[in-house]
Amino acid sequence: MAEKAPLREVRVVGRVLAVNERMAEENRRRFAARGVFVVNVMSSPGSGKTSLLQKTLAALAPRVSAAVIVGDVATTHDAERLAVTGVPVVQVNTDAFGGDCHLAAHVIERAAEDLDLGAIDLLFVENVGNLVCPAEFDIGEDARVVVLSVTEGEDKPVKYPAMFRTCHAALLNKIDLLPHLDYDKARALAYIRQVHPGMPVFETSARTGEGLAAWVDWLLAGLERKRAAAGR
Amino acid sequence: MHEMGIALQILEIAQASIPADLAGARVARVNLRVGRLTAVVADSLRFCFEIAARETPLAGAELAIEEVPVTARCGSCGERWTITEPVFLCRSCGGGGLEILSGRELDIVSIEVIDATGGQDG
Repeated sequence: MAEKAPLREVRVVGRVLAVNERMAEENRRRFAARGVFVVNVMSSPGSGKTSLLQKTLAALAPRVSAAVIVGDVATTHDAERLAVTGVPVVQVNTDAFGGDCHLAAHVIERAAEDLDLGAIDLLFVENVGNLVCPAEFDIGEDARVVVLSVTEGEDKPVKYPAMFRTCHAALLNKIDLLPHLDYDKARALAYIRQVHPGMPVFETSARTGEGLAAWVDWLLAGLERKRAAAGR
Repeated sequence: MHEMGIALQILEIAQASIPADLAGARVARVNLRVGRLTAVVADSLRFCFEIAARETPLAGAELAIEEVPVTARCGSCGERWTITEPVFLCRSCGGGGLEILSGRELDIVSIEVIDATGGQDG
């Protein structure tokens, strides 16, 4: 485009998502002040996040006071499924915010206002089912977890490296279905290790409960670290 | 899918960056640095930005996107290299303890404002 008037270049130099990152830091401070360990759970739609959370909440129930913020583009079905566990559940429908495909920090801030943070040890955020966009948005969590199920392609980790690189743990879910599938589990695990060497991977079945103990222990260890840091 | 949200953020930052002495001036170009390890699709971002910028000083502005490669340093042997495939293992010693040096950028570098005052100091 030929312009007659001269152009003046104005240096800006800033993160495009600076506003979100600032809000995420505020969330992080608020959660830390109450000693709440926050886990952001992400995956494709249909990986079994909600079932996994139901079982996880049941396993934690006697020891840990948990709550869930659940994000979906529409419907309150997941919140209804989680509410039966008896823990506080806040449903966020992102269509109210423009049909977003992820949860942003300001949405978490608002949703957390509906929770009594002083009474909560562990807050799960069940993000909108999507392996792309949530990777880019810090919400003020302590741990980021990605759930991959064996009914998906083995190569998801290399197709969505930003997601798998930014997570602290991965769950390979629905392993009870392995006998019925041609899924190459070794290949999937190799891809995860290739994208994020050393990241813990938990092989789980929300249906049978297999593998959940190790995952729950990992959560409890994170919670302990958070409590220690908060001086509790 | 989240590119519209990002486009709106760019628009907001760019509008706030127009110097006071050029208030009302149009912006011809926005220079961005986008790392290859971000979940941003350049074409979608341009498309969303074009729509979002309508009826603003950035209407018709070009989004100039510089892609930043993914570079890493091995924590074990110190090797530095550019990662071109989703393999985050040291190409020299095979170690997995990498520090990602670049590739996660989503930065706005500058805006180029049309200086209709004919300013010579640009």
